[in-house]
Amino acid sequence: MEIILAILVGILYTAGAYMLLRRSILKFIIGIIFISNATNLLVFLASGITRGKPAFVNDNVLKAEAIADPLPQALVLTAIVIGFGIVVFTLALKFKFFQVTGTDDLDQLKQTDN
Amino acid sequence: MTVVAFPILIPFVLMLILIMVRSSIWAKWIGVLGSALLCFISIYLFALLKNKEIITLNMGGWRAPFGIVLVIDYLSSIMLIISSLVVLAISIYAVYYMDGNHKSTKFYVFFFSLIMGVNGAFTTGDVFNLYVWFEVILISSFVLITLGNSKEQLEGGIKYMALNLIGSLFFLAGLGLLYAKTGTMNMAQLAQILRNHEQAIFINSSAVLFFIAFGIKAAVFPLFFWLPSSYHTPNITVTALFAGLLTKVGVYALIRFFTLFFVQDQQFWHNLLLVIAGFTMVTGGIAASAHNDTRRILSYHIISQVGYIIMGLGIFTPLAIAGAIYFTIHNMIAKTNAFFVAGIINKFTGTFNLKDIGGLLKRSPLLAVLFVIPALALAGVPPLSGFFAKFILIKAGIEDKHYLVTAVAVLTAMLTLYSMIKIWSEAFLKKPPEFNKLEEGKLKLKFLDILPSIILGILSILLGVFALHVFHYTMEAANQLIEPSKYIETVLQGTKP
Repeated sequence: MEIILAILVGILYTAGAYMLLRRSILKFIIGIIFISNATNLLVFLASGITRGKPAFVNDNVLKAEAIADPLPQALVLTAIVIGFGIVVFTLALKFKFFQVTGTDDLDQLKQTDN
Repeated sequence: MTVVAFPILIPFVLMLILIMVRSSIWAKWIGVLGSALLCFISIYLFALLKNKEIITLNMGGWRAPFGIVLVIDYLSSIMLIISSLVVLAISIYAVYYMDGNHKSTKFYVFFFSLIMGVNGAFTTGDVFNLYVWFEVILISSFVLITLGNSKEQLEGGIKYMALNLIGSLFFLAGLGLLYAKTGTMNMAQLAQILRNHEQAIFINSSAVLFFIAFGIKAAVFPLFFWLPSSYHTPNITVTALFAGLLTKVGVYALIRFFTLFFVQDQQFWHNLLLVIAGFTMVTGGIAASAHNDTRRILSYHIISQVGYIIMGLGIFTPLAIAGAIYFTIHNMIAKTNAFFVAGIINKFTGTFNLKDIGGLLKRSPLLAVLFVIPALALAGVPPLSGFFAKFILIKAGIEDKHYLVTAVAVLTAMLTLYSMIKIWSEAFLKKPPEFNKLEEGKLKLKFLDILPSIILGILSILLGVFALHVFHYTMEAANQLIEPSKYIETVLQGTKP
């Protein structure tokens, strides 16, 4: 299972990096979503996956190694929620930018450089 | 010690109150008084530190390596005090420079959520918690930078957003790998495990990810491009706030991580830091001297000055770290003040462009004095704060035989001086351009217009005059960072790994 997820993380990073390099702002945001999900999966994978052993300690389970590590899952939940908030803000920003300028082309964003 | 959480709780409560406040006069009063309260609390915390050295608070009653812990040592406390002083000045400044009544209520809401994030980042002792505070800072700064919705601001906002989002994803990835290797997110326990770790090569993979993440936040050499293309777009109050606090949070995180637990592969990291410091100083300095917009000159300057702080971290002797901390303090105050003066000039002449203004020395000698203090402090003229900051760093560089980067630092000081003289001669000395002749006569500066600039100017002078006392505390902070056994012991309270 780890192997499959690891490959998925790789694919998501690749797709995300490709999308980041496109000219459209919307595609850039999709790229950010891909990379953000890949990173969440990476953190989730960090401590290994234990199958079917939720982290509820009762009298039958004495060894900590036998149960799943709940911390990365908690971290990922937090990260996903933060990620949602940020994606919503970026979409709102993109919408506002489109309203004001009427363009979705990153190459048009040259006014504030140089 | 519940008081440790106050620098986070106070802005949070103020934010909640401000959401409900509709009247902008009330919002302004709450903003200023709240910032003053914050100032008072952080000075009180510093006073507590004198007999205890390190104060901790286990959030929610969970013991240290398991729960989130807030830690205040000398570095955190110094950063808290200086940031709260800067914040107080900015909150007064915003009263007169955040235009539009509707805007200023909104501004103070996100102002305090930004400060909550900054104070949280300065006090936390947990890596994931630091990530959460970084996101809080990020979201509030997104809103602040686009407040006003002009085309330029939205464009700057998109650039700012793009690179900073990628930075925080790097942070999260590094954090995941670090957890995989050590099984903990508590900084003290990480230090306990990693400081005795032999195989640096395994730790380096996450250290690099953290370095990129904090490097983007701190705007170091190859990662700074978001800063100059976005900092000149928002209202000058917001720019001053960002200049004073945001990059310094990145610098703080770099100092914390690379003194506490990423210390295995010292040769590689310190050389990398020194090389990056050199490039950061020079590119920032050269780019600053090529511009004519005061905000852009000062923005590039932020980058150049971050280079000095990174140089202190790269030399990695107690003296150099103390110098880096001193430089951070000096820079937060002087840089914010320089932006204040740029804003005052803009308010009275209507432009930031140096080509369109001139003759301000005749029109208002007081304004000239206000500009000269931060400008000379940044350039490093004694007896102002910048001289001692640079002196400590350069002394540390020569003592530790890093001649090349020290030479670069000295030359960059020339570049800084050059661009400060450029602003001085263009805005204050030269005759006003023909088409702008209409605006003659004295400027009528009101006392409250310039009060924040006066506060920070006096702080800058005091920092120079009482350099020895301040240096004593930064040295204390540096010693705590280089020898973190006390930190680890206090936080973990004897818990075995």
